Amino acid sequence: MAIVRDIMPAFELFQPATIQDALGLLDRYGRDAWVLAGGLDSFDWLKDRVKRTKVVVDLSQIKELTGIREAGGGLEIGAMTTLTEVVRHPVVKAKYSILSEGAESAASPQIRNQGTLGGNVSQDARCWYYRGGWKCYRAGGNICFADTPTAINREHAILGADRCVAVNPSDSAPALIALDAQMVIRNSKGERTVNAEDYFVGPEIDITRMTVLKPGDLLTAIRIPATWAGAQFYFEKIRDRPVWDFPLLNVASAMVVSGGNIERIRIVVNAAAARPLRLTAVENAVRGKPRNAATGELGGKIAIEGAEPLRYNGYKIPLMRNLVKRAISGVEETKWT
Amino acid sequence: MDLIEFATSPWGETVPIHISFVLMWVAAIGGLAFLIGHAIWVKMFAKPAEHPAPVSKELAATIPAKVPRHSLASRMFHWIMSVAMLALLVTAFVPKAGYEFAWVTYHWIAGLVLTVSIVYHIIHASFWLDFWAIWPDKIDIEDGKRRWMRATGKDAPAPRKFAKYPMENKLYHFVILLTGLSVTITGLFMMKRIRTPIFTRNPYMFGDMTWGLMYVLHGLAGVGLIGLIMAHIYFALRPEKFVITKAMIFGSVDREHYLEHHDPERWVLETTKKANEQRSGAAV
Repeated sequence: MAIVRDIMPAFELFQPATIQDALGLLDRYGRDAWVLAGGLDSFDWLKDRVKRTKVVVDLSQIKELTGIREAGGGLEIGAMTTLTEVVRHPVVKAKYSILSEGAESAASPQIRNQGTLGGNVSQDARCWYYRGGWKCYRAGGNICFADTPTAINREHAILGADRCVAVNPSDSAPALIALDAQMVIRNSKGERTVNAEDYFVGPEIDITRMTVLKPGDLLTAIRIPATWAGAQFYFEKIRDRPVWDFPLLNVASAMVVSGGNIERIRIVVNAAAARPLRLTAVENAVRGKPRNAATGELGGKIAIEGAEPLRYNGYKIPLMRNLVKRAISGVEETKWT
Repeated sequence: MDLIEFATSPWGETVPIHISFVLMWVAAIGGLAFLIGHAIWVKMFAKPAEHPAPVSKELAATIPAKVPRHSLASRMFHWIMSVAMLALLVTAFVPKAGYEFAWVTYHWIAGLVLTVSIVYHIIHASFWLDFWAIWPDKIDIEDGKRRWMRATGKDAPAPRKFAKYPMENKLYHFVILLTGLSVTITGLFMMKRIRTPIFTRNPYMFGDMTWGLMYVLHGLAGVGLIGLIMAHIYFALRPEKFVITKAMIFGSVDREHYLEHHDPERWVLETTKKANEQRSGAAV
């Protein structure tokens, strides 16, 4: 018998107007509460009847969660700020263009009008075995259907796999990590900030979650310090359909170059593992070296150390090597070699 | 509440996938309740220990001041196994209790250490130790009945002294043997489901149902070990049992303990054997 998938299943909908009210609801309903931001991840789960919830807490009415403010020399972006607003914001464009590029590369204009920055960094894995409702490791089972000899795993992980081989699909996450952003998380007990790098959880720590958010937690804002304002940035996303697709891989780097040498650098790739990977070994290796193709080559080689391809995603290894190379040496420099 | 979680396989079969981790808390709370109950019973209701008739002075003279109970090899096995077992419990259940860390690699390494130590123990016990000393015999069963009857206020003859290992020791060993073999054998197969440098990964080695049952057995034995290990540590720390714990560290018990609790005819020491041989030689 066919399953009706075109209408929403029944749930109790709450639309709090303040963060405090939202936290009260999350506290009251705990694991039964589903936090709804832009809905672009949530509605798939719910309409496909793969995940169920009794209660949805829709954050769209909370004004405190929206907008971009200058704070502490940097920026504070409300978690419910849409990707379009992030893309168009003049300060983001002028000082943190890597974030603007990352956000703009996500999905389509219509989706960016609805999708939020908080939702983009907190979205679930896009592995179709998992999204298809199979009881895999990530869904609480005891197998990874994407890591079997006959699995279709072209989009899956080449690094950091631990039983589950799904990848993090966010385009804004690597940019935020490169910018050394901080995630502001609130729950009924108070507020804490987490480095963007530590916001994401790999399967080795918790195979069923993508972020540190637990029941009752709410990502309220993302703070971007002035540390990397105006630095040299690089963002590139590779996808099957340039008009609208999740990344096969993306890379983001922030760099300060002095006298032709790399003084400071942060470089991050995503869609290579279940969490965005900051490439600290690459950063350490290229720091102090001239920003040129040779240094990029070196960074690219280091980046792929330990990579383990699945049956259909071996192409990601040279792809990642080249993306890292370009993120260090720049596209122009690469053309010269 | 489901004690076992089920899923639908790609073939549409309903298969078990693992136990409910609520059982972890059931085992921990059950184990704690047993310890508290036992401590109260010993303090408030237990009758004083009965001391059967002392052995003859002649026999007692053959007993050395320090009676060897566990060889160095046995003690090393015990402590290596203990560390591996505790590492397995910590890596299996602490993340489930909320303290998250990358546990899988530590878990299978500890599992391999446990497996190797168990294999060593089986060989060592089979060829170098008295293999049957740890298994309950007819006298243990009879005395067990007597103890139970006397504890419940019924008339029964006084139980005899123990052989090398008390009855509860033997029963505990038997249960640990079952659970230990269950977790190690299933654990070894489960290593075929994850990436390790030791085995080639093969998730198709068994069907979904067999894998599911294996995970359930691994889980049940694992949570069972929570209670068993709690009880083991509790008894090891109890004052009246501490002499046995010390023997697992230093290798021996003193003569007084031996004479008070053990039957020299059921746990025959080498010194006694030699004395008997000399006596029989002199008689000839």
